[in-house]
Amino acid sequence: MSSTQEIQSGLAEILEEVAGVSPADATPEKSFTEDLDVDSLSMVEIATAVEDKFGVAIPDDQLANIKTVGDAMSFIEKNQG
Amino acid sequence: MTRLQLPAGAPGARILGFGSYRPRRRVTNHDLAQRMDTNDEWVQSRVGIAERRWAEPDETLVEMSVAAGGKALAASGLDAGDIDLVLLATTSPPKAIPGLAPRIAYQLGVPRPGAFDLNAGCAGWCYALSAAADAIRSGTARNALVIGGERLTDYTNLDDRATAVIFADGAGAAVVSASDEPAIGPAVWGSDGDLHEAIAIPPDETGMSMAGQAVYRWATTKLTDTLVEAMRRAGVGPDDIDVFAPHQANLRIIELMAKRLKLPERTVIARDIVRSGNTSSASVPLALSALQESGESKSGDVALLLGYGAGLTFAGQVVVLP
Repeated sequence: MSSTQEIQSGLAEILEEVAGVSPADATPEKSFTEDLDVDSLSMVEIATAVEDKFGVAIPDDQLANIKTVGDAMSFIEKNQG
Repeated sequence: MTRLQLPAGAPGARILGFGSYRPRRRVTNHDLAQRMDTNDEWVQSRVGIAERRWAEPDETLVEMSVAAGGKALAASGLDAGDIDLVLLATTSPPKAIPGLAPRIAYQLGVPRPGAFDLNAGCAGWCYALSAAADAIRSGTARNALVIGGERLTDYTNLDDRATAVIFADGAGAAVVSASDEPAIGPAVWGSDGDLHEAIAIPPDETGMSMAGQAVYRWATTKLTDTLVEAMRRAGVGPDDIDVFAPHQANLRIIELMAKRLKLPERTVIARDIVRSGNTSSASVPLALSALQESGESKSGDVALLLGYGAGLTFAGQVVVLP
């Protein structure tokens, strides 16, 4: 089980790798599309990287509900195991 | 029990020459921005397409395929009379009946060949290439013409910004013949029918729709293994690959695949999508023709091919270029 802090920093690493987002910008209130300029295809890459890193499954229909970094963090917290 | 005879066949098959036909009408992203809410930056960043070709009414699937097939024949050095198998990979025939391969053969002057259409989505040409190589190896055919031709704009809502920016028209072809040295590796093909609605013409509609995220996820996570297996079965590795020519669906998928395969710096990566859009089963032979015409690829190069698309279907193989 990863801690909230580990999830946030792991997610920040993925965001930097996939979409060139500076880790300092990867804070919970940020919207992927509105604030971080992450498009729908990059969201898929982020989802698959999150799946690999945290051992969770993010189907496309659930991916549509993940709008902010905080949404992604709570999804991982709830579903990791 | 009567024992049936089988022909001797050939040790291997190889491609002798390519041909292509690109429709006359160029459509840029700026042209599309005039008719729908889109822009060059959006299209280039999402799919990597700068322009595409849309066929005019006289540029029918048969005419485009005949043009591409004729050029491939000329490049091969064979005569029409040498061809005994004609395959048309297409997903966009004007009617379900009749299949078009016999007519294409007739117009090219190929005398009464085995001829059929094959629909394996955007993987069609790679499936057809394998079918032709296998027919030659088994002795069913001696020389085959393998065409990928599409008029996707007939099945695209040209006012829909999600698909009209992507799909396009054209034809590419290759002549395949027997050879002592195998120059077409075994196809690694398969399908994921659980995703058959991901690229489809929905009921009561005339234009294609695509579940972009689902297809992107599938292409970027499931197909690397297919490519690795295609190399393994042909007895080559990433360092041997001179040319990587996957189906031209999306530039980002192409770049991601190349990165995940760890292809060497020197490998030439086909990016024909930038000027041709997504032409489904025509995209791989169009891309290979373009690389040959520009001199980016050369005779003897080892090329890794991959088709994938509606079905969902996929097929990868390694070939030595003519």
